[in-house]
Amino acid sequence: MIELYVLLAAMIVAALVAIEIKDLLAAAVALGIVGFSVAIMFILLQAPDLAIVQVVVETLTVVFFAAVILRTTNSDTTIAGRFRHELIFPTVMYVTFGLVFLVLVGRALAGLPEFGNPTMLVAREYIALGLERTGAANVVAAVILDFRGYDTLGEATVLFTAVIGVLTLMRRAGRRELTSENRN
Amino acid sequence: MRGMSPVVQVIARLLAGLLFLFGTYIVMHGHLTPGGGFAGGVLVAAAFILMSLAFGSVEHTERNSYTLSSVVESLGGVLFVCLALAGYVAVAYFFQNAATYGTGTPLKLISGGMILPANIAIGIKVGAGLFAVFLALGASRFVMKD
Repeated sequence: MIELYVLLAAMIVAALVAIEIKDLLAAAVALGIVGFSVAIMFILLQAPDLAIVQVVVETLTVVFFAAVILRTTNSDTTIAGRFRHELIFPTVMYVTFGLVFLVLVGRALAGLPEFGNPTMLVAREYIALGLERTGAANVVAAVILDFRGYDTLGEATVLFTAVIGVLTLMRRAGRRELTSENRN
Repeated sequence: MRGMSPVVQVIARLLAGLLFLFGTYIVMHGHLTPGGGFAGGVLVAAAFILMSLAFGSVEHTERNSYTLSSVVESLGGVLFVCLALAGYVAVAYFFQNAATYGTGTPLKLISGGMILPANIAIGIKVGAGLFAVFLALGASRFVMKD
């Protein structure tokens, strides 16, 4: 369990670095550290299916970020980098809300069962009957494509919607219209 | 998109085939070993992305592969829904697996009924979709130059 907490701490530090650093390429690398830490966590929790997906998706995400950053700009101009008085009140509010939230979450999580003892009884049936009912040796594949096929359809729809959104935003015709009409 | 140095190109040419092969292996054995359509599809997309990053591309090939990959992505989605609908037509329920397709021999490649073709459909969809997103985000004709 201790290695999970070490990874969690590394993830938090890397996420803060990704937010605060000015060099966008370094921010993308820090984001990659977060993703690969999640992959290592999946391996430690003995979930190889998720670990494979996380590793390949994270690699591709960093490549996407690097390709876009290398072709556009490398510095984040939105980070001010110096102290400003009007930021004191929001910061105090964020910290207060975060502490209240942490206390409440801590009380809520204390009521949950021990780590590794799920309350869901339906998973036991999936594991016991997966091979017999579906003929698939990998019980994860049996769950996501047979028992819970609707969920996978929804996931495929989410990816489809995301791809359509990116292609719509990045298409050339819309951009030309936008720049010629709205630039002045 | 500009290409990269000859060192990168030689390594990319060596690796892209292996990546594609490993991706298809992950897709085909998703019902037997860890992995599945999503992970394998991302690996297949990674092979294409590696090649186009290393060797570069010109505008009309980018436009062609952009159109082709978005069409192939939609076809993958349609194939997945058709596989699920086959259960509705043949037996009674959407996503009916074993009664429609049979379970096959467990632990062999042809087993799991709908799971193997559904993994292939998802692999096609994810691979083509991610390559289309890569072309939209990274290819030269789309990128703003201010």
